[in-house]
Amino acid sequence: MNGEPKKTTLILADFENPAKLLSAAEKMRDAGYKKFDCHSPFPIHGMDEAMGLKRSPLGWIVGVVAFFALGAGFTLEWWTSVIAYPLVIAGKPFFSYQAYGPVAFAIMVLTSAFVALFGMLALNKLPMLYHKIFDSKLSAKISNDGFVLSVTADDPQFDAEGTKEFLKEIGGQDLEEV
Amino acid sequence: MNSEASTLEVIPVTEEKPLIAGNPTFASITQKIAEIAEQKTPKAWWIAIAISSSILFMMIILIGWLVWEGIGTWGVNIPVGWGWAIVNFVWWVGIGHAGTLISAILFLFRQKWRTSINRFAEAMTLFAVICALVFPGIHVGRIWVAYWMVPVPNQMSVWPNFRSPLLWDFFAVATYFTVSLLFWYTGLIPDLALMRDRAKSKVRKIVLGIFSLGWRGGNRQWKNYEMAYLLLAGLSTPLVLSVHSVVSTDFATSVIPGWHSTIFPPYFVAGAIFSGFALVMTLAIIARKIYGLEDFITIHHLEKMNKIMLATGMMVGYSYGCEYFISWYSGNQYEEFTFINRAFGPYAWAYWTMISCNVLVPQIFWFKKLRTSIPVMFIASLLINVGMWFERFVIIVSSLSADFLPSSWDYYTPTLVDVGIFIGSFGLFFTFFLIFLRFVPMIAISEVKGVLPQADPHYYHGNGKGGQTAAAGQIAGGGQS
Repeated sequence: MNGEPKKTTLILADFENPAKLLSAAEKMRDAGYKKFDCHSPFPIHGMDEAMGLKRSPLGWIVGVVAFFALGAGFTLEWWTSVIAYPLVIAGKPFFSYQAYGPVAFAIMVLTSAFVALFGMLALNKLPMLYHKIFDSKLSAKISNDGFVLSVTADDPQFDAEGTKEFLKEIGGQDLEEV
Repeated sequence: MNSEASTLEVIPVTEEKPLIAGNPTFASITQKIAEIAEQKTPKAWWIAIAISSSILFMMIILIGWLVWEGIGTWGVNIPVGWGWAIVNFVWWVGIGHAGTLISAILFLFRQKWRTSINRFAEAMTLFAVICALVFPGIHVGRIWVAYWMVPVPNQMSVWPNFRSPLLWDFFAVATYFTVSLLFWYTGLIPDLALMRDRAKSKVRKIVLGIFSLGWRGGNRQWKNYEMAYLLLAGLSTPLVLSVHSVVSTDFATSVIPGWHSTIFPPYFVAGAIFSGFALVMTLAIIARKIYGLEDFITIHHLEKMNKIMLATGMMVGYSYGCEYFISWYSGNQYEEFTFINRAFGPYAWAYWTMISCNVLVPQIFWFKKLRTSIPVMFIASLLINVGMWFERFVIIVSSLSADFLPSSWDYYTPTLVDVGIFIGSFGLFFTFFLIFLRFVPMIAISEVKGVLPQADPHYYHGNGKGGQTAAAGQIAGGGQS
């Protein structure tokens, strides 16, 4: 705070529209930057490729969980109605696997939905109620109509002056350091 | 930044009319929707919630009376053991189907117009399912042991009977509610972050900050977010179709004439979507008028919903016809009698109400003039929901009241407690809905911005505004993540 020399951890630059942010992201990628992010009020199509990001692994995570949840559902139904408390109802076999479908399906969907939401949060390291970016003026604009590029200081390419110069060159405005 | 407003009549390439009218900018959309939840509470809202919560209070009193006195306070008898409570349950659950259909199935089909209506349709789903869950909950008699439906170890070592459709129902509806809630919340996160960024007071900032979980809108977050949204849509799609199918098995797996039918699952699902869209329509017409959202929920949105109602209404009408054909074709005298009795017996009045509202009323939507007329569609949407309530009444009551043995036949009449609890469920629904309208952005702001023409990087290509072509060219092949 007071007196201590302020160390830059983040540089932000505003861009005029989604297309400019997209092309800036490509130039950042081509210049070798790794730890930058493109903030926008809505997801911009093509941004993953432009930033050089891999596909989200969430699909695989949920897929595997869904498979095991389905199995767990069937196992629960089998164990309770065949092993734990076999009960003759309408003369039907204890292991009426056909009738187990709806509940096993529901357990699978329920578990997978929880994993989809909480897995997404975990991959995004949320909840994170404080982040350096919230100290900037530009961050308040993002959710409204800001197309903001942020670079963190631990990026190997990072060099406070050089990076700022580069951001200006690729169309960044209202540069901000926090 | 303030991207230039679209002044185009139609979007180039696709040549469609812009989904959101009035040439909005990103900022104007934020302002319009967010301020509804930020302004000082209007007087009309207080009056509305006073009325709805009074009705809810009446329901709570009547449920207390029901629990104290027993199911005998209802009009159920032998043979009609399922009365209004189950009619109301099926009706409310059916209504709940539109929200998830709009948020999940229309998402997978890339129907971008859904973004204007999905938020409040999903909210409607949640509240309708809450109303629905009340009824079987209070119908079990000893409601303090309703937890026996959950497979938890207990002192009797007894487990639920997984072969019973009534238990499937519990799992299906409980899953449906939970998944709809998760889906709804996922959609809300970016909008809550927007509300947080706009918040003036410290309390608001903290509360919205907690609920938006620290969302930063970076593409590294959007990437996982979009995948989660897609997965939830993919999971919800079979769920929507399964829930009412499972509800229908409560009937279809029994041996009661008029219930024991394989057409029930698709027939119930079509009816559910039909009635759900009708209620979305009713609420959308009121909300767009009160909050001035005509640019967001345009006449094209309403027309598309009417077309869906026409299609599903026809499916429902086909199912009615098919049931008659099968009852005759099966040669089963009990089946034949049940269907003749429905149309000409003691419940004929209910049957013909159902046919008029569900089969005849939607036929007006064949005419463009009528399906783009707001008063016409408003009245039609109300009539459709009346008709769909009567459909469940006809299925449940007329089949039960005259089953195999004439000596056991009886006529069913609801009591005031039945009527009061049904009316009370509207109090429950509207209390929740009013709270939602007051505190949460009723239209998915981030999603609406995403379907504006200027949200697409291609928009700036060749428009003299973007000045970059490489990216546009590259993403044309890239599609989306």
